[in-house]
Amino acid sequence: MKKAKVFTMGILAAAVVLSLAGCSGKKSATTDTGSKDSGKTTTKTVALITDTGGVDDRSFNQSAWEGLEAWGKKHDFSKGNKGFNYFQSKSESDYVSNINSAKAAGFKTIFGIGYKLQPAIKQSAEKNPKLNFVIIDDSIEGLDNVVSATFKDNEASYLAGIAAAYTTKTNIVGFVGGAKSDVIDRFDAGYAEGVKAGAKELGKSVKVINQYAGDFSAPDKGKSIAQGMYQQGADIIFHASGATGNGVFQEAKAINQAGSKKVWVIGVDRDQSDEGKYTTKAGKSANFTLTSTLKGVNKVTEDLSEKAFKGEFKGGQHVIYGLKDDGVGLAKGQLSAKTQKAVDQAKQDIIDGKIKVSEHPAK
Amino acid sequence: MIKVNSTTRKILIPLFSILAGFLVGAIIMLFYSYDPLQAYGSMIQGSLGSTVSIGETLRQATPLIFTALGFSVANSAGFFNIGLSGQALAGWVASIWVALAFPDLPTFVLLPLAIIAGALAGAIMGAIPGFLRAFFGTSEVIVTIMLNYVALYLSTYLMQEVMPAHFRSSQDATKMISHHATLHVDWLSHMFGDSRIHFGLFLALIALVAVWLLMKKTTLGFEIRSVGLNPFASEYAGMSSKKTIIMSMVISGTLAGLGGVMEGLGTYQNFFIQTASMSIGFDGMAVSLLGSGSSLGILLSALLFSILQIGGLGMQTGAGVPFEIVSIVTASIIFFVGIDYVISKLFKNKDNANKKLPKTPIAKEVVTEEKDAQEGGRL
Repeated sequence: MKKAKVFTMGILAAAVVLSLAGCSGKKSATTDTGSKDSGKTTTKTVALITDTGGVDDRSFNQSAWEGLEAWGKKHDFSKGNKGFNYFQSKSESDYVSNINSAKAAGFKTIFGIGYKLQPAIKQSAEKNPKLNFVIIDDSIEGLDNVVSATFKDNEASYLAGIAAAYTTKTNIVGFVGGAKSDVIDRFDAGYAEGVKAGAKELGKSVKVINQYAGDFSAPDKGKSIAQGMYQQGADIIFHASGATGNGVFQEAKAINQAGSKKVWVIGVDRDQSDEGKYTTKAGKSANFTLTSTLKGVNKVTEDLSEKAFKGEFKGGQHVIYGLKDDGVGLAKGQLSAKTQKAVDQAKQDIIDGKIKVSEHPAK
Repeated sequence: MIKVNSTTRKILIPLFSILAGFLVGAIIMLFYSYDPLQAYGSMIQGSLGSTVSIGETLRQATPLIFTALGFSVANSAGFFNIGLSGQALAGWVASIWVALAFPDLPTFVLLPLAIIAGALAGAIMGAIPGFLRAFFGTSEVIVTIMLNYVALYLSTYLMQEVMPAHFRSSQDATKMISHHATLHVDWLSHMFGDSRIHFGLFLALIALVAVWLLMKKTTLGFEIRSVGLNPFASEYAGMSSKKTIIMSMVISGTLAGLGGVMEGLGTYQNFFIQTASMSIGFDGMAVSLLGSGSSLGILLSALLFSILQIGGLGMQTGAGVPFEIVSIVTASIIFFVGIDYVISKLFKNKDNANKKLPKTPIAKEVVTEEKDAQEGGRL
């Protein structure tokens, strides 16, 4: 009797598992095509492989996703396997797996968002010469199905440095980096040079406090670093740290809401003025996002998706976006007229080649 | 409550735990109005549906087997090794360093050399807390947690400041290792649809057998187990509990280091800056605990973990379930497997069923154990 029971249970378990698998096979075939928001479908599908930050990091990845969404909206494509979609990675080993599943789902153009995906994109591009690949923030040479897109973040950060030098009252400003790397070096170097140049024009000296979180997705670390910097007297912090920067915003919000002093944050990669909204003690609404460096990741994803859609995707090239072609820039934010003027002047000087901004900070 | 004999009980408990986990996962997905059947279907499809995905699942399981074995050896000696991530990281860095330093040595020299270097680095990282515990009685939990941070930031420092510049391709990553040092084997990758599966899988299987032999058939294994059960009694019986604790941590660190080597020489082929402790460390602990420390259990639970992780990625595409929900679902499955003690209340050993037992569940367990012990004593 006991054995019979075990047997029936085994059968039961097997039946459950089988029915799970069976149903799903049928289901997926039908639901793939019919998505919730009845958009059109396309064969020129686009997939976005994010780094571990994810598409809601309020900066880099989100900007890339917004560009793709804009492209999808333009053509009325829907999110999913017949339009466009993103694949979030939990760890670095997921990049290749995610690219594989994007490939298996039939995506034709695959974006690698961030320098961390460079090896994975390179490897997959070699194996799949018929698919289009894009790597952002890094370059892959010698493969004619890959477009590399990098940005002169140092130029935008230089402008942020000018803005910080003109705005600071304590003459101490901060910089929070994600992880030390070639990309973040550009932000670090540009900002330091901008602050220095701005301070020189005003005839004062401004100190830059520099700290790295060692992580792009650790808001808790961002918050405690910001806390330390504001305590040391900094009144402006520029963060180039992805989702870690959300912690910087949290800390600034807490200080500003308490109302004892006014501190600022300079956002990164996309206009982060939404993150800086707060209500003062007097009940008025205000904003502490001084400005944000802009990085045209959204433009690149939108533009290259469109090119792929039209069949004009041309691999094998490395496109560098700078101030000149509006690939990077500085948001209007809360800059005073005087500061804005100085920023505009510096921008013109960079475009004219009068100012050269370093890519690596001086040691 | 269902009465079954103890062997079937052993099989039924994990099976029901897994089923309960899937069920709760399904309820969570229904709550957020996603189709659980489709989602689980794409999970299976994503992890076992094609040769590539099977290859990737096995690849994911390889380092987990090593770290889980590492945890189980230390755990048998009563040592809670939370430092697996740091030990694995040390193994990863060391193996890549050796591989980059001698890129032109023939494979049969360089590959073993790089693997041994990684194992040694892991062993050293493991020996430190073992030594501190044995001689100064420091808490291994605190020491190993802190050593994880030391390893994490030391690895960045070593790569950016100490490693010769020509080893690096950029500030954040080393160059790829030469084909003399890689664990990749072409025929194996091809067999699994060009996935990243590598020779390390076989090393992991060998390690499973080796650790089983070590723990069950050697004097050292016996000593490790008896020190874990009662260090004082072992000392009284003439074993050196100090030596045994250090040895168990060296072995544990070696295995964890090899887990890191699998990531370095197998999965990634280079080293790049880590921003958080390696997940194989903590997942390895869970795998070991789920598999109740036995070799077969570790193999099965490492596979389960990998199916959930690789399949979870597939759920994003196949069923459009967002990443966050996928994480909740996989976590709840693991959670249920973890609390199999509760599930075990469903089934009763037939032998004990007719006995009158005290009502509280804990007391019940004690009585059962006592009975087992008595039987053991008679033998």
